[in-house]
Amino acid sequence: MSIDRRPASAGLASPLRSRTSLLVPAAVGVALVVVPLTALLLRADWAALPQHLAAPTVWPAVRLSLVTTTTTVLISLLVGTPLAWLLARATGRVATWLRAVLTVPLVLPPVVGGVALLLAYGRNGVVGAPLDEIFGVTIPFTPVAVVLAEVFVAMPFYVVAVEGAMRQVDRRYDALAATLGASPWHTFTRIAVPLATPGIAAGAALAWARALGEFGATITFAGNFVGTTQTAPLAVYTALEQDPQAAIALSVVMLTVSVVVLGALRGRWVR
Amino acid sequence: MAGTPGGPAGLDAHVVATRGTFDVDVTLRAAPGEVLAVLGPNGSGKTTVLHALAGLLPLREGHVQVDGGTWAGAQHALDPASRRTGLLLADHLLFPHLTAAGNVGFGPRARGMPGTAVAERVTAELGALGIADLADRRPAGLSHGQAQRVALARALATDPRLLLLDEPLAALDPATRTDVRVTLAHRLAAYDGVTVLVTHDPLDALTLADRLVFLESGRVVQEGTPSEVVDRPRSRYVAQVVGLNLYAGNATAVDTVLTALGPVVTPGYAHDGGTWVAFAPSAVSLFPERPEGSPRNTWPLTVAAVELLGRLARVRLVDGAGHPVVAEVTAASVTALRLHPGTTVWAAVKASEVTAYPA
Repeated sequence: MSIDRRPASAGLASPLRSRTSLLVPAAVGVALVVVPLTALLLRADWAALPQHLAAPTVWPAVRLSLVTTTTTVLISLLVGTPLAWLLARATGRVATWLRAVLTVPLVLPPVVGGVALLLAYGRNGVVGAPLDEIFGVTIPFTPVAVVLAEVFVAMPFYVVAVEGAMRQVDRRYDALAATLGASPWHTFTRIAVPLATPGIAAGAALAWARALGEFGATITFAGNFVGTTQTAPLAVYTALEQDPQAAIALSVVMLTVSVVVLGALRGRWVR
Repeated sequence: MAGTPGGPAGLDAHVVATRGTFDVDVTLRAAPGEVLAVLGPNGSGKTTVLHALAGLLPLREGHVQVDGGTWAGAQHALDPASRRTGLLLADHLLFPHLTAAGNVGFGPRARGMPGTAVAERVTAELGALGIADLADRRPAGLSHGQAQRVALARALATDPRLLLLDEPLAALDPATRTDVRVTLAHRLAAYDGVTVLVTHDPLDALTLADRLVFLESGRVVQEGTPSEVVDRPRSRYVAQVVGLNLYAGNATAVDTVLTALGPVVTPGYAHDGGTWVAFAPSAVSLFPERPEGSPRNTWPLTVAAVELLGRLARVRLVDGAGHPVVAEVTAASVTALRLHPGTTVWAAVKASEVTAYPA
């Protein structure tokens, strides 16, 4: 989608009245997004921001968020990219079902995802119980649980975005690469991945943003323990009750990081 | 990987394949170094055959053997990557993220050739086509003709035993097409594998191929050397490609063949039954009235279309039942005879200009 770059006055001034019926709902739409963001910036105590950010719960939460979201993106890249390529080239009924199943986390309330994760990897879970009995490994309430929750909700975004990009890769390239002696893996790494790089970058950004914002599944499955499972969004929520200014400060940091990442990708890969 | 050697060198293929509701059943044979042109109208199955040879489309029956090794047969079929084929399509399909050298080196690299050997091979292939200076360009910076040359180098860089060319010149503009055709002819002369060239351009076939195979509706309707085919077409499509008037008929006397156009008098040949008669458009003379005299073939015809080709004119005529005759006359006679669609004229062909041969 390209944005009209003409000066706003040229586009809006003369036919303004005839466009009123469109402009009113559009303006309401803009306000619904911009007002809360502005409020956050207006109410932030800028002078005391460094001091609030020095609160003992802030840095562990930010660090945990950075580590877990980065891990989530790496897992998505490693596992989701081959999956997206297979789905992009698959035609059978199995692929149709797989695609549908992978889309479920996109529409599922995250809390439900958290319950599902607990039933799978919890101490008494389908996978968790044998893990606990045989290896003595427990997943809930650890950083691993945070990553599992983030992967569950975020990777589908990545896979959907990358599959879309990979479908755009001309199938005749696959056939040609095959006649040149390329194995499916070689075609994937040397043709599909380079040609889908913009989509991969966009998908990674989407997945990272979704993981950064993850709340419901994390608090349900991983809990809210400072230093181990309390990610930045959980810290914001917790701080809001005791120290609203710390919550605001942390929110401003997250907003800044998000905007910086989007800005870095914009124009280069994400349009 | 190419199966067990020991059989005859070259290509021996019997392709029976289905694509959608369409099926082909085609036998192709060629010696090493031979260029086999496969011609046919759109939808005749040319590309289907090519894809089956490359392994991109499974055989329903039949076999593909190259240099004695079985690539596809009743028991098994090699996947495309395990066959030694080179594929060149009308669209160059160079990988857009790789340079010309990267494209040419893709195959050797995929087959595990070490880096220095790949670089040497790439230089040699590009050099053989006179485009060594383009090595570092990306496809977006190449002209169509250059890109098609790079694509040819890429197809040949893996030492294919079977080179498959699918309308390789069709997407080029006429001037570039001539240039690339020369490059292709030169390079194919030095290539010792079998080339299968799919085309609908008779000039490609006649200038590049050692043998021609004509397909219609998924079946071979004629095959032979270019001169055999040019002299004796055996289907309307072939006749149209080589530019002859062709009619199926029955020999009823030593010098007469009964065709849809009427009796055609021939120089005389002893044959009973099914017969083809052919004559060149240039052998057809047009007259305003029925010509008198020597044993000629004459028919009253109606002009359907006139095309000027320099100082000559190609006149498409039809008889009362719609059977076509093409005549080639001078541009001057178009004026003299007032030839335009709807004009009725008499066409005459000397018996000595008619070729008759058994169907």
